Amino acid sequence: MHNKTLREISNDLASGLYSSEEITGELLARCERLNGALNAFISITPELALAQARQADARRAKGDAAALTGVPMAHKDIFCTQGIRTSAGSHMLDNFISPYDATVVERLKADGMVCLGKTNMDEFAMGSSNETSWYGPVHNPWKKGAVPGGSSGGSAAAVAARMVPATTGTDTGGSIRQPASLCGITGLKPTYGRVSRWGMVAFASSLDQAGPMARTAEDCALLLQSMAGFDERDSTCMDYSVEDYLAALEQPLAGLRIGLPREYFNHGLDPAMGALLQAAADLLQAQGATLHEVSLPHADLAISTYYIIAPAECSTNLSRYDGVRYGYRCKDPANLMDLYCRSRSEAFGDEVKRRILVGTYVLSAGFYDAYYRQAQKARRLINNDFASAFEAVDLILCPSALGAAFDMGSKTANPVDMYKEDLYTIPVNLAGLPALTAPCGFINGMPAGLQLVAPHFAEARLLQVAHQYQQLTDWHLARPDMRIWGESS
Amino acid sequence: MSIDAKGVEKLAQLARLDISEKDIAATTRSIGEVLKLVDQLQQLDTRQIEPLSHPLDAKQRLRADRVTETNQRDAFEALAPLCEDGLYLVPRVIE
Amino acid sequence: MSWETVIGLEVHIQLNTQSKIFSGSATSFGGDPNVHASAIDLALPGTLPVLNEAAVSMAIEFGLAVDAPINPHSVFERKNYFYPDLPKGYQTSQMAEPIVGAGTVLIEVEGSTRSVRIHHAHLEEDAGKSLHEDYHGFTGIDLNRAGTPLLEIVSEPDMRTPAEAVAYLKKLHSIVTYLGISDGDMSQGSMRCDANVSVRPLGQQELGTRAELKNINSFRFVERAIEVEVERQIDLIESGGKVTQETRLFDPDKDETRPMRSKEVANDYRYFPCPDLLPVIIEAELIEQLRARLPELPDAKRQRFQADYGLSEYDALVLTQERPTADYFELVAASSGDAKLAANWVSVELQGQLKKAGLPISQSPVPADQVGKLIARIREGVISGRIAKQVFALLWEQGGDVDKIIAEQGLQQVSDSSALEAMVAEVLAGNPEQVQNYRNAPAERQPKMFGFFVGQVMKISKGQANPAEVNRILHEKLNA
Repeated sequence: MHNKTLREISNDLASGLYSSEEITGELLARCERLNGALNAFISITPELALAQARQADARRAKGDAAALTGVPMAHKDIFCTQGIRTSAGSHMLDNFISPYDATVVERLKADGMVCLGKTNMDEFAMGSSNETSWYGPVHNPWKKGAVPGGSSGGSAAAVAARMVPATTGTDTGGSIRQPASLCGITGLKPTYGRVSRWGMVAFASSLDQAGPMARTAEDCALLLQSMAGFDERDSTCMDYSVEDYLAALEQPLAGLRIGLPREYFNHGLDPAMGALLQAAADLLQAQGATLHEVSLPHADLAISTYYIIAPAECSTNLSRYDGVRYGYRCKDPANLMDLYCRSRSEAFGDEVKRRILVGTYVLSAGFYDAYYRQAQKARRLINNDFASAFEAVDLILCPSALGAAFDMGSKTANPVDMYKEDLYTIPVNLAGLPALTAPCGFINGMPAGLQLVAPHFAEARLLQVAHQYQQLTDWHLARPDMRIWGESS
Repeated sequence: MSIDAKGVEKLAQLARLDISEKDIAATTRSIGEVLKLVDQLQQLDTRQIEPLSHPLDAKQRLRADRVTETNQRDAFEALAPLCEDGLYLVPRVIE
Repeated sequence: MSWETVIGLEVHIQLNTQSKIFSGSATSFGGDPNVHASAIDLALPGTLPVLNEAAVSMAIEFGLAVDAPINPHSVFERKNYFYPDLPKGYQTSQMAEPIVGAGTVLIEVEGSTRSVRIHHAHLEEDAGKSLHEDYHGFTGIDLNRAGTPLLEIVSEPDMRTPAEAVAYLKKLHSIVTYLGISDGDMSQGSMRCDANVSVRPLGQQELGTRAELKNINSFRFVERAIEVEVERQIDLIESGGKVTQETRLFDPDKDETRPMRSKEVANDYRYFPCPDLLPVIIEAELIEQLRARLPELPDAKRQRFQADYGLSEYDALVLTQERPTADYFELVAASSGDAKLAANWVSVELQGQLKKAGLPISQSPVPADQVGKLIARIREGVISGRIAKQVFALLWEQGGDVDKIIAEQGLQQVSDSSALEAMVAEVLAGNPEQVQNYRNAPAERQPKMFGFFVGQVMKISKGQANPAEVNRILHEKLNA
């Protein structure tokens, strides 16, 4: 049962093959068995899940079920969930029981999805390996000791390990796509403003975006259909009509113009990754798409730009964690300064502190123009690169990650080594574009994903191309050998 | 631009973070690494370029002036480390 | 050496919206602590701001009232600092691109008019309150006020005396209350003032080092705080010292300013555009809509009062400072048919009573139509001015209607000639010596002596005798 995709479970529930309570129970048991080893979940909430499952079954009995009703899933622990701890992977919020639901949570709940728990993540989504979580690292289901990527590492691992068919993730610089690539699943980062950020613990407000993670593009389409849309509580959420993503899936590829950015396919690219992407491109071409070289001349500025803007925004977004109204408070503060400094220092991890310090630096008097303002200008150049490229092509095909999953601890000595991990994903966030990662093969037995990037609000095109690709390939069906984790399958 | 331990301490003060004596060297080194990375932008000529704050060219939406919130003090104060008489308590503030 | 004082004011006006600037919490105060503090106001993780339309309109109205351009593109920024009454650790404010550009207000001091330039005005959110009463050595934080919309109006350093600063402040008060965008109540903190004060040798161009005086919460304290600070600075310089740029607090009890301890640590506010909010775009259409809705403002009203009612500049100024007073006056003028008497009654009699009772004109126990009626009765000769004051006192104390009071108390003027003749006869009969003296006196001395008889008649009539009739009959009898 656990090997089924979201779509398959949805069909089975509709045909009465099993109830939501049954599949919820089975997946909960699997989550609890596997979590000790994988650490994909920060919280598993069996009672709530079973109650939701029973509600879903009742709803179905009344003939009132939607496609997602009764299907189990899990939320990244960055989404506020009423009555459930919402930690953002941080000691700071370990005791934070959210009094309200994020919009994303509310919408999926309204469609009847059953939430099994909250998935592990890098602390405040700052990391690319899930090693900065206060709750410990997550293992990549494909290999013990390998990272699942980050920051939505728990969400990616949970889907890859078949603990749940679908999860939510958030992507500020690649946090959905890079772990999707490293764990061999499908993940979509929507256009900035497509999905409400209300109730999503903020990392970098002008870059953060929530999206679905699942095994197939079709499953992502089902999830996005529910998640996307206007929300008056988020000023940056756009009032722009939501397309019928499912209907778009079946469109043929003929005539589609696919761009391959010269700068991404140069000498720096891992040859194995290059070969996988070339194979994917050839396959799409065989279906009638045309391939074009495009140029993103400022691609090399993206990491520098991002590591000014994201820390700047996070440094002030995280000022609210002060030990006064919620969250961690140090013991016996001597005075106000001591309350602030010790609460924050004791409860934030090293990477979070580092980014707060860098962000404070780039915004401080005398450095603002040289760093922050300069980065905003570079951001415009990067944005303009994509705008020009999309005048000639409908879609861009490129890598999601540098290579396959790396071993824990191998990139933690110098923070910059980890930052470079997001080379191919960061430009998309800076430009606010939608992008999708889907499995496209293996490098040394570990999965790798391709990345498709589309113009603003063209999520339907991404899902269509990925779905068509998945009709022709079976990389997305490959699953890790769970016997290494003590499972029979 | 490079940064020394004193500079890092000043940042930490602004950001309300304590950095212990034994960590200051390592922190300074790692901040220095990040600044070295982002210093790449210093070479870029952006005199003709307008800064971009938001990826979409959108404008602020305005909310109608209506009271939509109800009193949830008890629920919120249940989250607080220290409260009394409906107030959040902090060590004595001197003006 | 002669010194010149240079003053610039930063005035915070609390806008009277229903809900907060970025959340749907009520802006009402005085309730239990933290009952108006929503998830957004408390800066719970994941919460986001959405801008209140009314706050924007009110800022635009203020801009139009001071002839300032409204910036079609303005930006909210984050001003970063840690303080327990600031839940997000930053204040959402405007810095590089405020909503209201440079404007002007006219102030009147000692009969002359001058203009004070406004540098800009911007929208921002208010902080909460720290309650320093002892909670076992802790400070209590109430966030009901956090997120209330403020309009900060920053002047140029154009004022030269404390009196000018007060006049400027009163003018701003007058403008915002005319517009109805704030109650402007300084005692409640809906209007707060920080003053930048410096001194320089008379004739010097360059500005001296300034001190910022924080949160001065009455018109009187503004004047006094500046006076005290100017003295301090001059004494300091004359005794060889130097003014340091710092934030100081005025202590009205000790009548001194002193440095604020909490502001000692130099802050670096790290302003940058708030990524949770988008640029505020103001369309010309909205500006025109609001312009069309603007009420008549104090300067225009004053000019109209002078032109239409023939009031003196001083009377017009006094009556137009506050819109409710001006409105009240216009009602009195209309119902009485005599604008000058109306001006006099409103600005002297009524204001005197209101001041004594500590009431705003909006809570006057005597409504405008009754004052108007009272004046009409004077003009009609039903009562004299003196009796009118008596009637007014009764109106003030027990309310009611002018005519009813006159009738019930029998206060109407006596014009009936037989009754008056009898009174005159009584007076003449009771004062034969004075009658004799009068008749023997030279003509030029007689008018002075005549007043004695008028007074006596008024006395026995309890002031109700018609003075003109009394005069006529007295003349007739005395000169017979």
